Amino acid sequence: MTHQTGPGTEAPVGGAAVTPSNTVAPVPTPPPDPGAALSLRGLWKRFGQKIAVRALDLDVPVGSFYGLVGPNGAGKTTTLSMATGLLRPDAGTVHVRGTDLWAHPVEAKATLGILPDGVRLFDRLTGLQLVTYAGLLRGMDRDTVADRARSLLAAMDLAADANTYVVDYSAGMTKKIALASAMIHAPRALVLDEPFEAVDPVSAANIRDILADYVTGGGTVIVSSHVMDLVQRMCDHVAIVGAGQVLAAGTVDQVRGDQTLEDRFVDLVGGRTRAEGLEWLRTS
Amino acid sequence: MVAHFLKLKLTLLGNTLRRSVWQTIGLCVALLYALFVVVGLVFTAIVGGGMDLLLTGQVITLAGAITVLCWWVIPVFVFGVDQTLDPQRFTTFAIPRRTLVAGLALSGVISVPGLATTLAAGGTAFAWWREPWLIPVALLGAVLGIALCVVGSRAVTTVLAPLLESRRYREVVAVAAIVPLVLIGPAIGWASQEIGAVSHETNGGSVTADGSLLAAVLARFGELAAWTPFGAPWSLPVAVHDGAWGVALARFLVAVGTLALLWLIWSRSLARALVTPPAGGGKGSKSKGLGWFGRFPATPVGAVAARCTTYWIRDPRYAAGISIIFLMPVILWLPTRSSGNAELLLLAAPVVSWVLAFSVSNDIGYDYTAFALHVATGTSGRADRWGRALPVLTFGSGVVVIVALLTLALAGRWDLTVPLLGVCLGLLGLTLGVSSAVSATLVYPVAKPGESPLKSPQGAALATMLSQFLAMAVVMLLALPLLGVGVWALVSGSVLAGWLTLAVGLAEGSLLLVAGIRVGARSFDRRAPELLQEVQSFP
Repeated sequence: MTHQTGPGTEAPVGGAAVTPSNTVAPVPTPPPDPGAALSLRGLWKRFGQKIAVRALDLDVPVGSFYGLVGPNGAGKTTTLSMATGLLRPDAGTVHVRGTDLWAHPVEAKATLGILPDGVRLFDRLTGLQLVTYAGLLRGMDRDTVADRARSLLAAMDLAADANTYVVDYSAGMTKKIALASAMIHAPRALVLDEPFEAVDPVSAANIRDILADYVTGGGTVIVSSHVMDLVQRMCDHVAIVGAGQVLAAGTVDQVRGDQTLEDRFVDLVGGRTRAEGLEWLRTS
Repeated sequence: MVAHFLKLKLTLLGNTLRRSVWQTIGLCVALLYALFVVVGLVFTAIVGGGMDLLLTGQVITLAGAITVLCWWVIPVFVFGVDQTLDPQRFTTFAIPRRTLVAGLALSGVISVPGLATTLAAGGTAFAWWREPWLIPVALLGAVLGIALCVVGSRAVTTVLAPLLESRRYREVVAVAAIVPLVLIGPAIGWASQEIGAVSHETNGGSVTADGSLLAAVLARFGELAAWTPFGAPWSLPVAVHDGAWGVALARFLVAVGTLALLWLIWSRSLARALVTPPAGGGKGSKSKGLGWFGRFPATPVGAVAARCTTYWIRDPRYAAGISIIFLMPVILWLPTRSSGNAELLLLAAPVVSWVLAFSVSNDIGYDYTAFALHVATGTSGRADRWGRALPVLTFGSGVVVIVALLTLALAGRWDLTVPLLGVCLGLLGLTLGVSSAVSATLVYPVAKPGESPLKSPQGAALATMLSQFLAMAVVMLLALPLLGVGVWALVSGSVLAGWLTLAVGLAEGSLLLVAGIRVGARSFDRRAPELLQEVQSFP
């Protein structure tokens, strides 16, 4: 099983901190935290010339509501894809409660619920069929799937559209049905990439309540977003990602200090420009 | 503005090539091949023009007519139109419709078939070098002909697009394809009558040289094609050469009139397409309950099988595989009527089983990024492979047996029941095995879910052809023993050989099915994330 391309073949540029061994972590980085819901160590991913993620370390404590924020192209989606088994990292490890995800994908994936961004759904199925499909793929029995599918659709406000084909759903409904598919097997952690994109405010509030309940019940939620306000209000932990690295991570209060999260984010990421030279855009 | 379209098309082509070395190589191979064919055609035309000017003119007319016809018809059934410049993408730019149509028409010429047709049409105009004053006429005809090719193909596909994007596609294609096929019978009868008449005339006229019959036949059909919209533009120089100015003018009007009509149709339907964005098939339609998910066992294998069955029924892209079930017997039935060779009909069932089983050879490519669900849920290779194979195996074998029995009845050869069933079921199993192994290893771009099956992703042609060719070669190689025994049974008519065929078919089919699925499952377990990444990188 060649689950890992060692740095020997895909040498990460300037990756002095990364050693070829996955079991022995380099001195500055602690070993993967077996108690963490998700523990990423030295993740690298390169697409052609572009390095999307460089030596990224992150620990997500169990029971946290973790926000992952960063500008466009920071590597959020790449990181989450690698953390959930959708994209094989060039180097580095992912541990889900101590289980090495890329060494034992089936065991690790069984405890994760995943909402990937930018992928399609099997949209020739109805909403009910899609959620059922996700449940049955996870090996659940028919009755449990039927029960949970019904209550999930009701919670997502989709009960009336259960028999409509997903292809006819609006963008927000599509997000919600994908979220329902990710939750049907009662995962111990939910990894959600941009879950609130295109979702209307009422549905977003409903989803937030569902997620908050889930965290209260011991679950862990990791969401990526670039809406700072939302993250500040909703999450208890946050990591700011820029250029494929974690720039700051911890509880929301630790990270933002006495600033708002948005100001802190802009400080760290930079790139704020004054809109000059667009005078012609004025219509009066 | 029109120049912008040309530039955009060239830029897009250039960018595709920069992305992938293989596409560059593919394009080079295609260009070289096209160039080779074009040079050959032009050379033949010029030599022919030196020998028998009029006959060459008739042949060019006939060939031109066939070219135009191919441009119109082939995209509907086989390849789809290159949608590099999808008109839908220009909706927000407020481009006048006239400019848009002109730009799209001109950019349609920039493609391998477009360039090849242009070069061939332009080059063959020089067949008239003996009478140089006809060359401009021929060139005018060529320009009209190319315009008919491009505008006609666009008009046909744009008009049909709303129809074909719907989930009625399957039936529409099946029905539409049958019409010309049904006409083949009468056409052959008519053609043979014509040939008979011609041969009578030539004999009566005491022309006895070898090949004169063929020449006369070609001239006859060329003359007829000249009055159709397809052949009219190419026949202008012939008429002018004969001094038949009235005829020339009439044909010119036929060509120009057709072109204008097509332009109008295209422009109209484009205008309609631009204000009605593509909607998902079966808009607003609903399905009750769990559908196939309630009927298959509640296991991962059963779930994948239920999903695939639903897609076979609901996804127009699988229509090709289904329409062939209806088409194959019809295609084979018609010639047997005239020739009386009923055994040909027996090919239908093996072909159907092969096509059905082979159509899942790029199943993950058809899933597109929805495949992420299988990766995210950690679906095992075993569940994925068996789930995809089972619907084809169960429904497929039922369909194949029905087709086999039907053709046996039509051919009146019940004595061949056992070997035919052996060949069909064996072919179904072994092809399905190869498909299952291949589709977990090689994926290539196809029309995306919800897109028109008429759209072929740009630059996909070579990858598609190569991987399909490889898989087909493997199938052929593996099928050799089975086909060998089958042919022996057919020729000898021995009962023993018949039962042997059935035994070999069942054994080889089930063995290779299981082996293929094993290989595919192992590859899937190892490479599922890589497969997903490949699918995500599709243009």
